[in-house]
Amino acid sequence: MIVAEKKPIEEIIDQVKDFQKLLIAGCNECVTVCEAGGKKEVGILASALRMYFMNEGKKVEIDEVTLERQCDHEYLEEIRDRIDKYDAVLSLACGVGVQFMAEKYFSTPVFPGVNTCFMGAAEERGVWSERCQACGQCILGETAGICPISRCAKRLLNGPCGGSTKGKCEISKDLDCAWQLILDRLKELDRLDDYEKIMPIKDWSTERAGGPRKVVREDVRL
Amino acid sequence: MRLSYPGNIRIVRVPCTGKVDIIHILRALEKGADGVYVVGCLEGECRFSNGNLRARKRIEQAQHILDAIGIGGERAQMYNLSSADGPRFAEYAVEMTDKIKEMGPNPLKKAKEKMAA
Repeated sequence: MIVAEKKPIEEIIDQVKDFQKLLIAGCNECVTVCEAGGKKEVGILASALRMYFMNEGKKVEIDEVTLERQCDHEYLEEIRDRIDKYDAVLSLACGVGVQFMAEKYFSTPVFPGVNTCFMGAAEERGVWSERCQACGQCILGETAGICPISRCAKRLLNGPCGGSTKGKCEISKDLDCAWQLILDRLKELDRLDDYEKIMPIKDWSTERAGGPRKVVREDVRL
Repeated sequence: MRLSYPGNIRIVRVPCTGKVDIIHILRALEKGADGVYVVGCLEGECRFSNGNLRARKRIEQAQHILDAIGIGGERAQMYNLSSADGPRFAEYAVEMTDKIKEMGPNPLKKAKEKMAA
């Protein structure tokens, strides 16, 4: 899922303090699961902002909505009939949702309520960590299901480097060396011979370095 | 026991303090309560294992929000006691009431009056 973190309320207040009619829009997908921008967080933020503005003596109308997704036309369309009522939208979706909202409702200011962090997994309750960098050319088949692009600090394709000590990365003693994990799992799978194969230079043009990306699937287009 | 405690407290019963969420604390204050406190079982003695610990964390988050928006985090508090400890319940009620009296009424009440005028 896409992992996001709530922005500090002070920062949010600073963004929306000049508006009188505000819509706080949550998203029912990833940000709900990582407890940053779902219905619950929308309710808490709306209540906090209402109290803040009231305490400041400002009359600000705040409405709440949580859409199934903010990265799809059909769900964003659900608010078309009332979007003009608002001076601004505070979207608690990931960066994708915020941008799609801004594209769709061109004349309504949209502000982000969360910081979008990475694509990751919930290791345990309250702990999320990165697992994918969307490089566009998945090599997990060769690396025992452990991604050296997202989990190795140097994104090494033929690791580990000299900074790997006792299974940990040199940048932090809390960070596992991805290549140690790969080696351990290859051993477990009885595939250590694969480790001897030198991986060729990766084509980074499919990664973000090649500019903004797009997937076009003619087979599913209407 | 026939213990007396301040009559200005409205008790909201929940099955476990783990049921209490941040929004419940905020809504109570938004609606004009001067303070909100959660009374849970003793830590380590939750029937549902960690409901009271969850409640404490939520109270802490609510306090942070209330401080940030100028209402005052002290208006939300967490207390723990054994369900058989009536005297302590009364003691906490007095303590919380004194604390809130010291802080004064919910600032939103004044703000609402001003806006209505």
